[in-house]
Amino acid sequence: MSLAARIGSSLPAPLRTQRGKTALAFAVALVLPFLGHNGGFTNFLADAGAFVLLALGLNIVVGFAGLLDLGYAAFFAIGSYSFAMLASPQFGIHLPFWLLLFIASGIAAAFGILLGAPTLRLRGDYLAIVTLGFGEIVPQTFLNLSQWTGGPNGIGSLDQPAIFSYKFGFDALPYYFMVLGLIALAVWVANNLRTSRLGRAWMAIREDELAAAHMGINTTTTKLAAFAMGASFSGLAGCALASKLQLVSPDQFGFNVSVFILAMLVLGGMGNIPGVIVGSLILSALERFVLPQGTNFLHGLNINVDLTNSRFLIYGVILVMMMLFRPEGLIPSGQRKAELHAADEDPTAAAREQTLYTESVT
Amino acid sequence: MHFDPVLFAQQLVNGLSLGGIYALIALGYTMVYGIIELINFAHGDVYTLGTFFSLAILTLLGVTGVVTGPMLIVVVAVTIFGAMILCGLTGVIIERLAYRRLRNAPKLAPLITAIGMSFILENLMLYWKGPSPIPFPAVIPNPEFTLGAVTIQAKQVMVILLAIVLMVVLQAFVYNTKLGKAMRATAQDKDAAQLMGIDINTTIALTFLIGSALAGAAGFVSGVYYGSTWFFNGFGAGLKAFTAAVLGGIGNLAGAMLGGFLIGLIEAMTTQFIGDQWSNVVVFSVLVIVLIFRPSGLLGEALPNKV
Repeated sequence: MSLAARIGSSLPAPLRTQRGKTALAFAVALVLPFLGHNGGFTNFLADAGAFVLLALGLNIVVGFAGLLDLGYAAFFAIGSYSFAMLASPQFGIHLPFWLLLFIASGIAAAFGILLGAPTLRLRGDYLAIVTLGFGEIVPQTFLNLSQWTGGPNGIGSLDQPAIFSYKFGFDALPYYFMVLGLIALAVWVANNLRTSRLGRAWMAIREDELAAAHMGINTTTTKLAAFAMGASFSGLAGCALASKLQLVSPDQFGFNVSVFILAMLVLGGMGNIPGVIVGSLILSALERFVLPQGTNFLHGLNINVDLTNSRFLIYGVILVMMMLFRPEGLIPSGQRKAELHAADEDPTAAAREQTLYTESVT
Repeated sequence: MHFDPVLFAQQLVNGLSLGGIYALIALGYTMVYGIIELINFAHGDVYTLGTFFSLAILTLLGVTGVVTGPMLIVVVAVTIFGAMILCGLTGVIIERLAYRRLRNAPKLAPLITAIGMSFILENLMLYWKGPSPIPFPAVIPNPEFTLGAVTIQAKQVMVILLAIVLMVVLQAFVYNTKLGKAMRATAQDKDAAQLMGIDINTTIALTFLIGSALAGAAGFVSGVYYGSTWFFNGFGAGLKAFTAAVLGGIGNLAGAMLGGFLIGLIEAMTTQFIGDQWSNVVVFSVLVIVLIFRPSGLLGEALPNKV
């Protein structure tokens, strides 16, 4: 039995269901910032949360629909810049933050459709390279159009979110709770989409596009919906992160960012929401804590290696190794796992599955 | 914006020589894609590695500046062949370690692996030579000729000639030798080729060897042409070369050549008449437009949709 399953079965009965585990995870997330010793930890959590949002969005495109989008950071950029232009002294426009969440994700989704409409008919690998090109063009365009976007300096002093008279300010804590709320929304949306008619159509396309088309699925609009939905999540993340940093600049949205998010999916398990969240948190923690601490540790041993420089090497190794040896990710979706390991589990497991199933439906 | 015919002619020369480099890289993309239908994202980095290897060989030879006389031929030949062999072996190793296991896996898997390989190579080069641009010695004497008002440098002629010569040799190899025939057979139908007694593993490894060796040659040429390189050079150049391969018709050798020269021209003209900072945007827009309106490229045949 796997470790996760062991922990799962040691939980009290109400928490053993999917819903119970989700509630437990969010309860832990709510108290998490108060366990840290300083604001740095909360700050990390808020940033990591924004990347969880991005990973959830990319998961819809890559994990659910099986479309390799290598320019996801472009939608993130579009969402962030939409927010920045409409809530800053740049044009003197100051729309309320909560409205902008919808507007920015709407604009990002619109660009998802704009890019997707002509390109989604392409073969899967061509799509990858077109999205890669798009991911290069967008930040470059924001850099070049300096009269509107501030060029290399980006746009600064963005508006802070506020709830009635409470301003979020510079402390990371309110941003963290906001991001947590957005993640809850994203998980709810993604989870419902997954089992919806649309979600099942995505997975059918992922498994066999030709067969899906023959079953009467309109593959173009279905794939467009995946692109738009994924892009809209990045709009939310863009608003959250830009308002927290008070700044957007073109260098935040390079190819590295797209690959960083892709590595989260590959590590955690493409298509599986808990897996994607865990993969995302692991890589964020790796970047913020493990590599700097490791570097300090090595310095203590008189080994002068800066591990923080090797993070992209590590992402590369993760992508290659996972694809070669564990393509389903660390935490594969239950459905996949059941398909792959249905026979080799012990016979009691089947009975337990049945109990779990009965519990979850009653 | 007024149109200046002299500038246009000058950019024609610049674009063709730039295109020679892209064409050499594009050949590798097109060969690999033709045989295993994989966009080998790491190929651009193998090209940069070619420049790095050339630099290492030149350092070993003690060459730091212009070489003249018969020594020039020796130095250039040793460096080019050295870089080609080392890059070719790198390509074979990458295929063996990263791609072979995934040959029958779902399409997404080898693509993601290729991205990972690209990141690994880039960062190994970052370790090797650091993040700053690395100067490359001007090995070849570079007299300039004038043709009317247009200046042509010797190294520009060299790039174009080398690209064309290698292309002709490659074409002859693929269409006139037994190994070339095996490559074409494997590209057409792996299973049938295997039944006919072709060792497809060797054939695919050979494809990677040749494609990567051409990238190695391009790496040397680009070092001489630009006078510097850096670890991230292959990312942009690789994307442009892939665009060239698609533009010419992926899987088609002559197409890759044509596409390479066209992309070089487009880039040079954009730099001259629109602005340097827009050249990437224009090249990728070309990629998107070609894929939408003529996905089989200028010289390619329509491919069945296998993905």
